[in-house]
Amino acid sequence: MCITVFHWYILQKDKNARPLSLSGHVGFDSLPDQLVNKSTNQGFCFNILCVGETGIGKSTLMDTLFNTSFENFESSHFEPKVKLRAQTYELNESNVRLKLTIVNTVGFGDQMNKQQSYQPVVDYIDAQFESYLQEELKIKRSLYNYHDSRIHVCLYFISPTGHSLKSLDLVTMKKLDSKVNIIPVIAKADTISKSELHKFKIKIMSELVSNGVQIYQFPIDDESVAKINSTMNGHLPFAVVGSTEEVKIGNKMVKARQYPWGVVQVENENHCDFVKLREMLICVNMEDLREQTHTRHYELYRRCKLEEMGFKDTDPENKPVSLQETYEIKRQEFLLELQRREDEMRQTFVQRVKEKEAELKEAERELQNKFEHLKRLHQEERMKLDEKKKLLEDEINAFNKRKSAAELLQAQAFSSSSSMNIKRDKDRKNDTACSMEYSMK
Amino acid sequence: MAELSRELPSRQVPATDFSYVGIDSILEQMRRKAMKQGFEFNIMVVGQSGLGKSTLMNTLFKSKVSRRSATSTIEERIPKTVEIKSISHDIEEKGVRMKLTVIDTPGFGDHINNENCWQPVMEFINDQYAQYLQEEININRKKRIPDTRVHCCVYFIPPTGHSLRPLDVEFMRRLSKVVNIVPVIAKADTLTLEERDDFKKKIREELSENDIDVYPQKEFDEDAEDHLINEKIREMIPFAVVGSDQEYQVNGRRLLGRKTKWGIIEGIITSLFLPFTVENVAHCEFAYLRDLLIRTHMQNIKDITSTIHYEAYRMTRLNDIKTYTNGMNGHESTACEM
Repeated sequence: MCITVFHWYILQKDKNARPLSLSGHVGFDSLPDQLVNKSTNQGFCFNILCVGETGIGKSTLMDTLFNTSFENFESSHFEPKVKLRAQTYELNESNVRLKLTIVNTVGFGDQMNKQQSYQPVVDYIDAQFESYLQEELKIKRSLYNYHDSRIHVCLYFISPTGHSLKSLDLVTMKKLDSKVNIIPVIAKADTISKSELHKFKIKIMSELVSNGVQIYQFPIDDESVAKINSTMNGHLPFAVVGSTEEVKIGNKMVKARQYPWGVVQVENENHCDFVKLREMLICVNMEDLREQTHTRHYELYRRCKLEEMGFKDTDPENKPVSLQETYEIKRQEFLLELQRREDEMRQTFVQRVKEKEAELKEAERELQNKFEHLKRLHQEERMKLDEKKKLLEDEINAFNKRKSAAELLQAQAFSSSSSMNIKRDKDRKNDTACSMEYSMK
Repeated sequence: MAELSRELPSRQVPATDFSYVGIDSILEQMRRKAMKQGFEFNIMVVGQSGLGKSTLMNTLFKSKVSRRSATSTIEERIPKTVEIKSISHDIEEKGVRMKLTVIDTPGFGDHINNENCWQPVMEFINDQYAQYLQEEININRKKRIPDTRVHCCVYFIPPTGHSLRPLDVEFMRRLSKVVNIVPVIAKADTLTLEERDDFKKKIREELSENDIDVYPQKEFDEDAEDHLINEKIREMIPFAVVGSDQEYQVNGRRLLGRKTKWGIIEGIITSLFLPFTVENVAHCEFAYLRDLLIRTHMQNIKDITSTIHYEAYRMTRLNDIKTYTNGMNGHESTACEM
């Protein structure tokens, strides 16, 4: 768990705070202890970025610095691009829990074209700031539980050529100096002689100054550490040697590198600046590094990012915009927008209705036409049918007339003579039958 | 000695070295920084006039942080509406500097019609949050945002001996949601010990009946140890206090107390040899209150204010704005889209 401190601020002796003397022991002198206790419970976070060429000794230095062997493996020289590898560890010393994150560059300085070498590093640092900014801007946030991954210090490893900085070094440091606290170190310092080293350091510092690179200065405003910090500022860049192997010197085992010609002791201040680095980085200025990261580098990032996104603190007349005003303005805008949308929707609706209506009308008309057509057909058929019916009726009438005429004749013949009638009847019957047949034809 | 344990996946690597790294020096670095930068504490006192608020503040901080208005007329003493008066002092003790702000609320509960008398108080507290929020969302932020948020509100309960009055319940119910409330029984020298204990029990019952969460709130206990300590405190609230800034000699000891015809009520002992209370807690629980507010829980009070109350305020405020801007932008709005 990480402590992100928000309530640190310089006590302002403003006009409305009158100094008062106490007539007895009140007890708030325990406040620093209360604060420290709380921080101890929460734990601390510290994130180190090591930038340097492959094989320059970054991992070994970290191991030496923190007295443990972190898991690391040798990288190849054939990485196509620079990558960053971050590993987090939890260290305990006395009752202090430290969440340490070590970020190493992989393949830095190995490519043929190193123009974009710095970019992944810059991107990584920015990504950590971004992630913190996102958390801070959230509505429901938990900053006090947030694992702070922002890089607090960047150890830049300079190759011990003895001449001057490489152009890659200058370019990279220039890009990083506004984003992170840079502490340059000369790696593998046991390959440079004392006099060369002295000249090398001067050359490096003057190059940094002339190129406008702002490295981290140990703070000298606090009297208790001002002296040691200003002395150390003069020893930058630190010439370091890292080793996890132990060699027996006298009757002690010390961390050292054994050569055929002698032993380089890591913790011997005459041999290298390792102790100075540890002192400055961990024992004296760890908190200041964290604070500078939060109040300077992070704030700068945040400011740039927000301005980029178009936010302003003051409106066009340069008056500070209060929360209430912005709220009102936004509210008005929103209501107008709503109104506009409503009108738009209404229009679209009306349009659609019209269209639908037209469609329906069209359909109706078609239907009407069909109906008319069918009606006509029906009428025609009906007429035809009527004609036929009439014809049939005429025929039936004609037939009925003949039938009745025939029956009449039959009756007359029957009444005049019965005998002759029979014959005549027969004849007549035949006749009528014939004539009926004939007329039926 | 530094032990190492890998975070994910977890893996124990035994320490091979026993040399000192120096990580624990960060505690000293922090302490140094704290001393350099100083602290701030804002405490509000709420209660009817005449309950001894100013005296208590003066006793707590052993200096005249509050002025007692003993001589003004009624009109001057009781303003027409509840006023908020905030006075700041710079105090220093053993190198630790603190800006103490005492916020007084003259007029509270003094009128005939006291409905809504919590409103000015609530408004003031919310205004401080609003001010802080405004500073926080600025693009160009100040290096240190001045903290005027009310950390603690001491509520004075008149020693009726019966129960809480509707005004008390209403005020504490509303304000316990936005600020840490520490209720105290004022002028406890008018109650006998049994009356005091009964009164306290009744008050605790009523507080829990009305769902009033006073400081220390149960839900913010961090671990078992915390819980134990806080339970002890919760069994004692509200503290019965007698404020006094007059010194008397009792049994060879100089102490602060109140002299009455029937004895001297021992407030606190001003002996320098025993700074950690040989206060006569049979008489008054001032010492407990002082310890709670200042010596042990001050940082915790400030933390709860900033991590719980302030965050709750911020969330509500930003959500309100979000619902208005969401329609416009069509995506999740963040705090700065205002």
